[in-house]
Amino acid sequence: MPFDFGKEVDHVARLARLSLEEDEKERMAGQLSDILKTARRIQELDTTGIEPTSHVTERPAVLREDRVRPSLPLDKALRNAPRREKGFVKVPRITVSEQDQK
Amino acid sequence: MKYEVVIGLEVHVEMLTGSKLFCSCPNRFVAEPNVNTCPVCLGFPGALPQLNREALQQALRAAVALNCKVALYSYFDRKNYFYPDMPKGYQISQHYIPLGSNGFLDIEDEKGELKQVGIGRVHIEEDAGKLLHEAGGASGGSSMVDYNRAGGPLIEIVSEPDLRSSGEARRYLEKLKSIMQYAGVSDCKMEEGSLRCDANVSLRIPGDQSFGIKTELKNMNSFRAVEKSLDHDIKRQARILDSGEKVVTQTLRWDEDRQETIVMRGKLEAGDYRCFADPELAPIELTAEEVELARQNLPEMAAERARRFVEQYGLPEYDAGVLTASRCLADYFESCLEHFNKPKEVSNWVMGEFSAHLNNAGLEADQASFTPEDMVELLKMIDEQVISGKIAKEVLEKAFVSGKKPRLVVEEEGLLQISDQSELEAIIDRVISENPDTVESYRGGKGKALGHLVGQVMKATRGKANPQLVNELLVKKINS
Repeated sequence: MPFDFGKEVDHVARLARLSLEEDEKERMAGQLSDILKTARRIQELDTTGIEPTSHVTERPAVLREDRVRPSLPLDKALRNAPRREKGFVKVPRITVSEQDQK
Repeated sequence: MKYEVVIGLEVHVEMLTGSKLFCSCPNRFVAEPNVNTCPVCLGFPGALPQLNREALQQALRAAVALNCKVALYSYFDRKNYFYPDMPKGYQISQHYIPLGSNGFLDIEDEKGELKQVGIGRVHIEEDAGKLLHEAGGASGGSSMVDYNRAGGPLIEIVSEPDLRSSGEARRYLEKLKSIMQYAGVSDCKMEEGSLRCDANVSLRIPGDQSFGIKTELKNMNSFRAVEKSLDHDIKRQARILDSGEKVVTQTLRWDEDRQETIVMRGKLEAGDYRCFADPELAPIELTAEEVELARQNLPEMAAERARRFVEQYGLPEYDAGVLTASRCLADYFESCLEHFNKPKEVSNWVMGEFSAHLNNAGLEADQASFTPEDMVELLKMIDEQVISGKIAKEVLEKAFVSGKKPRLVVEEEGLLQISDQSELEAIIDRVISENPDTVESYRGGKGKALGHLVGQVMKATRGKANPQLVNELLVKKINS
């Protein structure tokens, strides 16, 4: 059965809480198909004997000392928030029924 | 019950670092929203997270304290989900390679025997922000978001499905809390959210190798709530199975007010989180020596401390066990001893009255306004016979509730012990004249009668008379 890219786009859009127009969906489905084709081509490579790599750099993490430094001033921190109130970021309420719990 | 209960617990604890997991914002609660935030924890483009050394050390301590195998190579993944509590659109977690795995801790099972409970994984992850929901109007309402907690350092500890009753689940949590407190990883205050617990529970016919269909329980904010919600769901599942139906996989939320579980919908499938290695965070590498060092440097745990209390202070094993069950309480006890070196006396008061008030108020020892200094002040007053032991209980209660110094309570309430002989003699004379029969029977050889007379004097002085002195004076007066 051929992979249903339209359905996959719907699913991913729902997870990202995006509402897409029909033409957008079509375009995304095409792009998704191309991306997966590329991934499939990469998967054809023979990787026998090669350890899986998760990072491009082989250097381990450089750790940060546990020191507190000043945070951003509130008005700067919230400058890009579309809506705010009393120091909070205000967002549309996502009700329990559609809430995606961690 | 004809079913075997199978429980596994997922516990998150907040670590005790000064700063957050990947940025230098303070890791502590403040009332004003969004003041402890920065480009990293707000997920601004171009910000670069950097792992907190102390958080890694604490997580490592947690892993070795839980007897885990520690991964010398591990890394962070992005767990993607779209909800306003996470400004980045993903949570940084360790999905593919946890820091610790294959550990265990010991609890007592239902028969009181030692039981090993497997720990599947211990991993590091960041906390989410907090949402306050406003009542929905026509528009569906709004949520107010506070990112102070976002990016806070957490470890998640996942048990194997080894627990067989709600009681075992509670004992597992108590043990876990004790280990995390003693290891200096977390204060584990469930009511404040520094320890959070989700439970998976299923039933099966004893002897079955496979597990039954499980439900997930959330939103329990006390050990009691964990136990009660498990009991509630175990009964619910048993009823379903008894009637020949099937349990449905679902996530349920414990409603403390209604004392029941409520179905939550919209839970994502595991694959929907699309976890992948976070390219911004380089892998964590540890050496075998570092892990071994962490193991050797683990602080004293509850059992060791109890042993020391018996040896060093000559306490009964029972006292040592009760005092060390909570690290705060054991610390409190030892702080008192620094200024009042009578271990058994201190133990009696800390285990008894003080703990009773803590339990009533739902507080830990370090949250009480009645400090070790106050306890010492109280015990010194008993020792110096300024107040009687009975009055001391009253003073403790008043000082505990009001936050006043014990000495001030004694002064304000006029609770000073009456050790003034002339004042007592007047009361004793009255008691003797009012109870001629009792006095006669004492004279006639009935020793018990004296107790009644002492009681009368105590009553007349509202418990403030020095009991020893009353005894002495009574005997002297009756015999004269």
